[in-house]
Amino acid sequence: MSETFDKQTRADLFDYLLRLGDDRLILGHRLSEWCGHGPMLEEDIALSNISLDCIGQAISLLKLAGEVEGEGRSEDDLAYFREAIDFRNLMLLEQPNGDFGYTIMRQFLFDVYSFYLYEALQESTFQPLAEIAVKSLKEVRYHLRHSSQWVLRLGDGTEESRQRIQQALDNQWRYVEEMFVLDDIEERLIVENIAADASALQEKWREMVEKIIHQATLQIPGDNIYKTQGSRQGKHSEHLGYLLSEMQILSRSYPDAQW
Amino acid sequence: MEDNAKMEQFQQRIDAGEKIEPKDSMPEKYRKQLIRMISQHAHSEIVGMLPEGNWITRAPSLQRKLSLIAKVQDEAGHGLYLYCAAETLGIDRDELVQQLLDGKAKYSSIFNYPTLTWADIGVIGWLVDGAAIVNQTMLAKASYGPYSRAMIRICKEENFHKRQGMEIVATMAAGVPAQKKMAQDAVNRWWWPSLMMFGPHDSDSPNSGVLLKWKVKTKTNDELRQRFVNLTVPQARAMGLSIPDPNLKYDPETKNWNFGEIDWDEFYQVIKGNGPCNEERIEARRKAHRDGAWVRDAAAAYAAKHADKSNVA
Ligand SMILES: [Fe+2]
Ligand SMILES: [Fe+2]
Repeated sequence: MSETFDKQTRADLFDYLLRLGDDRLILGHRLSEWCGHGPMLEEDIALSNISLDCIGQAISLLKLAGEVEGEGRSEDDLAYFREAIDFRNLMLLEQPNGDFGYTIMRQFLFDVYSFYLYEALQESTFQPLAEIAVKSLKEVRYHLRHSSQWVLRLGDGTEESRQRIQQALDNQWRYVEEMFVLDDIEERLIVENIAADASALQEKWREMVEKIIHQATLQIPGDNIYKTQGSRQGKHSEHLGYLLSEMQILSRSYPDAQW
Repeated sequence: MEDNAKMEQFQQRIDAGEKIEPKDSMPEKYRKQLIRMISQHAHSEIVGMLPEGNWITRAPSLQRKLSLIAKVQDEAGHGLYLYCAAETLGIDRDELVQQLLDGKAKYSSIFNYPTLTWADIGVIGWLVDGAAIVNQTMLAKASYGPYSRAMIRICKEENFHKRQGMEIVATMAAGVPAQKKMAQDAVNRWWWPSLMMFGPHDSDSPNSGVLLKWKVKTKTNDELRQRFVNLTVPQARAMGLSIPDPNLKYDPETKNWNFGEIDWDEFYQVIKGNGPCNEERIEARRKAHRDGAWVRDAAAAYAAKHADKSNVA
């Protein structure tokens, strides 16, 4: 499969798979921080489930990234032995959990994106990626149901919950643009029908987000705010470094050990 | 049902090995003892999520991370399942949770000890889930139907946790010197608290008599503790780990591993609230409850609004 790619495509695809894998690894890690601390037992279980799915998808994607790279790096090598500047996840996903409303809104905005992205990736000409997309889409459908139901409950719940979830949306709006910005790497892969054209998903994304947000009696923030950029090229917020230092502590301390 | 004839009838059912179901008549004391036991058990599952959850973000590989999240999630499921079993006795979950938050309800003292290294995650699975299995295998035969069925289901998962824990410990015990040291240190710290999980000696156990009579329990604390030691010592040896008890000695006649005396002072201190993590554990539960109040209120308000709408329509 990947042996037939030229050097440029191989490098592009490696980077693209890191973007996909890191999104899910970092989000799954953040979600796992809720385990044992949720607002109700049922949510401890639900958030753990979503976390497990995200990390499971990250394992498949990073494993594939390592194979494409061809340098013998495993999914664990990629997760535990890279620096923040080498991570390719969206800045939104590394943000601290905040309150339950913040976590739910982040999840919702990402789930809608992830849903349409996987839908498109099912058609990827890179078969192993298309297979991961087919399998993951089923999981994301459930995640999206969970997060959108909570957006509705919190938006249309009490005055306090409406304020909190609106606050989360206002705060996170600056991070969403990055989902749809293409760079040379993605553009080249789109031409080869390997990557999904994220810029083409923005309209559908916005439509679904608006529908749920309005149904939840919330307001879509104005677009005249500063939009973050660059996390796909490794320009992150300071939060990622702390997340990684916690996540990587054991592997980094004992690089020769098996666990 | 407190008159003697009815009590006798109840005892006859117990002696005949019948299961008592929620709608059956039962002595008030039986009901109270079961609520106490089942709710303590449920609280233990929930508080037990904390020491292990402490290492989720630091798990040393992606697979270990998945397994640990799944394990802690299982414990949440056990808690939920046990609260439901308690509810069949006519008390609701909110009231039981409130008792825990108010410091009025007990939970297993083992979870008041800290998890200091990754080896603790392995050793908890091996020893703590292992001890729980010995206890729960007995409780799976308990006379109260819903409790017995909950135990059968939960025990299957605990067995999986134990295997997973032993695998972590075995890997570390065969690993680099720093890992071996962590593994042995974790055994040294968790061994005695694990033995304490079975409770006081039978002679000092105030509830044992009546629980045995009503077949809620079918074995004594000391019998269960001995069974656990007999099972565990050979496992430790196979992994090249030592048990921190100079008095541990095999008796070929009884086929038991005799062991030294538990530090009962420590046992009662931790129960009284003076263990290393009692305050942190309860405070973590209180914080989750406090921080989640607005979420639960919102869910209730939303449900009420939309129930109204559907009624009108
Ligand atoms: Fe459990
Ligand atoms: Fe367990």
